Amino acid sequence: MNDALSFIVATLHATVRAGTPLLFAVLGTIFTERSGIMNLGLEGIMLIGAIGGFVVSYNTSNLLLAILVAMIAGAILGLVHAFFTVTLKINQIVSGLAITMLGSGISGLWGKDYIGVVAERFETISIPLLSDIPVIGRILFQHDLLVYISLLAVPLMWFFIYKTRGGMTLRAVGEAPEAADARGINVFFIRYLYTIIGGSITAIGGAYLSLAYNSMWIENMTAGRGWIAIALVLFATWDPYKALLGAYLFGGITALGLRMQAVGTHIPPDFLKMLPYLLTIVVLFFTSTDTLKRKVGAPATLGVPYSREDRT
Amino acid sequence: MDDYPILEMKNIQKAFPGVLANDNISLEIRRGEVHALLGENGAGKTTLMNILFGIYHPDHGEILINGKKTFIHSPQDAINEKIGMVQQHFALVPSFTVAENVILGLKNFGFIIKTKQVEQQIKELGERYSLPVRPKARVWTLSVGERQRIEILKLLYTGANILILDEPTAVLTPQETRQLFSAIRKLVKEGSSVIFISHKLDEVLEISDRISVLRNGKNTGTLNREEVDRRTLVQRMVGRDVLMDQEKPKVEPGPVKIEVKDLTVKNDKGLTAVNNLSLEIHGGEILGIAGVAGNGQKELAEAIYGLRPIETGKIQMAGEDLHHRSIKKRIQSGLSFIPQDRKSIATCPNLSVMFNIFMKNTIPGLKKSSAWNIQIKQMHEKTRELIRNFSISTPSSKTRVRYLSGGNLQKVVLARELSSNPSVIIAEHPTRGLDIGAMEFVYQALLEEKKKGSAILLLAGELYEIFRLSDRVAVIYEGEVMGYTPPDPSYTEKIGFMMAGTREDSIHEN
Ligand SMILES: Nc1ncnc2c1ncn2[C@@H]1O[C@H](COP(=O)(O)OP(=O)(O)OP(=O)(O)O)[C@@H](O)[C@H]1O
Ligand SMILES: [Mg+2]
Repeated sequence: MNDALSFIVATLHATVRAGTPLLFAVLGTIFTERSGIMNLGLEGIMLIGAIGGFVVSYNTSNLLLAILVAMIAGAILGLVHAFFTVTLKINQIVSGLAITMLGSGISGLWGKDYIGVVAERFETISIPLLSDIPVIGRILFQHDLLVYISLLAVPLMWFFIYKTRGGMTLRAVGEAPEAADARGINVFFIRYLYTIIGGSITAIGGAYLSLAYNSMWIENMTAGRGWIAIALVLFATWDPYKALLGAYLFGGITALGLRMQAVGTHIPPDFLKMLPYLLTIVVLFFTSTDTLKRKVGAPATLGVPYSREDRT
Repeated sequence: MDDYPILEMKNIQKAFPGVLANDNISLEIRRGEVHALLGENGAGKTTLMNILFGIYHPDHGEILINGKKTFIHSPQDAINEKIGMVQQHFALVPSFTVAENVILGLKNFGFIIKTKQVEQQIKELGERYSLPVRPKARVWTLSVGERQRIEILKLLYTGANILILDEPTAVLTPQETRQLFSAIRKLVKEGSSVIFISHKLDEVLEISDRISVLRNGKNTGTLNREEVDRRTLVQRMVGRDVLMDQEKPKVEPGPVKIEVKDLTVKNDKGLTAVNNLSLEIHGGEILGIAGVAGNGQKELAEAIYGLRPIETGKIQMAGEDLHHRSIKKRIQSGLSFIPQDRKSIATCPNLSVMFNIFMKNTIPGLKKSSAWNIQIKQMHEKTRELIRNFSISTPSSKTRVRYLSGGNLQKVVLARELSSNPSVIIAEHPTRGLDIGAMEFVYQALLEEKKKGSAILLLAGELYEIFRLSDRVAVIYEGEVMGYTPPDPSYTEKIGFMMAGTREDSIHEN
């Protein structure tokens, strides 16, 4: 293998790793937003997942239990967000920002004693046969369990959203809650349910950072990934396949930045680190909500609380 | 079978902040009857039906189904009791197909959606009741008439035998109404009961077996069809006689106030909606545009008002080109617009009656508010005056307009649009959903403006309305004027031909 090819393969391999936490966060949030609840609390939910998972992994060395706890922690923040936005009908943006602050505050406090220690991490599992395929094998089939799960989740979620009764209910609630209500669907329950599920999936993205990408806890280790994921949900137009594309696009930029630093280029490292955030702005610029909402099928009531007796 | 009526509502009471929407209402529905519910805007018809369907909860009162006391807490409970409702506003998911909308929320389907069988069933159901639909079409691509048919098929599919239809005909063409009625007749023959709400008395008299009239939240009583005529119904609804079919005031036409020349406009989908259309209206004249909905009426109105860019052609008001004039400028030069969609374009639902009336800030004779100085006191006074003049029924001038009934919302729009001394008025379905009293009121208001010398472009679905108001009738088809007729019912057939796309000159040849 020549140098250029191995550089590309290594970068693509790193792309998948860097994209996975984003992918979880985006997939989770697609669930939440499909039900009509906007969630800007991703950063906080990811952080709580990261620290929750890490604490359990450090104390018990049981990684599956660690993921479970991370998911529960994310679900609790999701529940809080649902309570604020569905029951109290507080402005969803404000509630989301509060969740972010809550999550990063709690994670900082909880994680004080865990700075600088190392815990169990998800090891690479090479998939027999598939991992031997030249180039592709290295890029896609030499990863840890969570990467495989996220890759499986994409088609499953797509199938669920577009082809099952549950997915149909979810879409109807986000798009036309009064129509769903008139058909006997419990709009409040569905919104609670998917805000909680969305929170727990998003938290896996955070846990990925402390249990697979790294094996330690660093305060604010998400470093803005939650915000990038919010932009990616728009980019993906609430579609799991496009979420995969978007997450890996950003993973790729991150990986490329790191690789370039490693080989030593003339580009200043700070500029390379800045790239994902720069790209976020570009993405937001080209996919402003207004144009997206006009497309059919987007959750038309995103951000709007539902109330039966309030006429619209 | 037992002798109990299929449904009884007893002493239903429901208050909203500032209004008692249902005041001790009792209603009895028999098996196999069409029971019409009449009443002015805001009388409480929709509220009562929403209670029956579990959307609202009554403050007190009870519901008996087949003589058995039943609690209906949610639409789910209502559906279980075989009650189905077509709401006053569509409750459909636009991006879903017809079949998906029909099965939405139904429990007896597997986890994975298989619509093939359902599509077949819907098709058959549609054919059986002569309500043709295309099960695979996405709802957002369908006309309002088709959407209405889906709403009804939704009920039939769940096997409802108490069907609530809240103003189902408001958006239908006469032919579609015929279709609906034959379906209703078939349903009651099979033993279902239909509760039918409409403001169109002729329809009510045609289809119903018994009629209940609500007034100010009370049931004034249930009458048999045979016992009533138009006049008694109106009296019951309004509490007085409404003068109808008055003479049109004769007005000497003034100079041309608005002129449209070779106008071409595209619709939302990017297709040509208004095609090389020309027309002119004089001061003191009402030009009625007749046509099947969706033939460019909406786009024409929006282009004149400035909401929609024009492709080619010219619009002139009092000889001045409106091109490149902002809407604000157009308003200032005396253009008024009564849009079809009173909820999204015409009003801000969360603002009060007062702010909605003063949104344009163009009422003459008042001190103008500026960015720094809102003339609140004077606005309050003027609003109260307009509420009185237009008999808007609202708890106060500070009530948010989202809480007003459809008819009263329309009156708010009229109060704003007509109190600015407009020289040109575009009126798009100005009486849709209004009760008789309000309708007559709108007619008087428009005729009054005509007397004052305004030029009025009337886009309406009902020929009756067009004949009633206009001085000339233009028939539109696919964005083109097919020809003109005088406003006289004897031309109905000719208009029908033109509405279907035959040009006036080729009718003569035949
Ligand atoms: N959710 C609500 N909140 C506050 N007030 C309401 C609400 N729903 C209805 N009202 C008020 O209750 C009264 C009855 O309204 P309702 O919609 O039942 O009238 P309606 O008879 O259906 O009239 P229309 O013919 O215009 O549809 C009105 O004064 C209306 O403003
Ligand atoms: Mg109503």
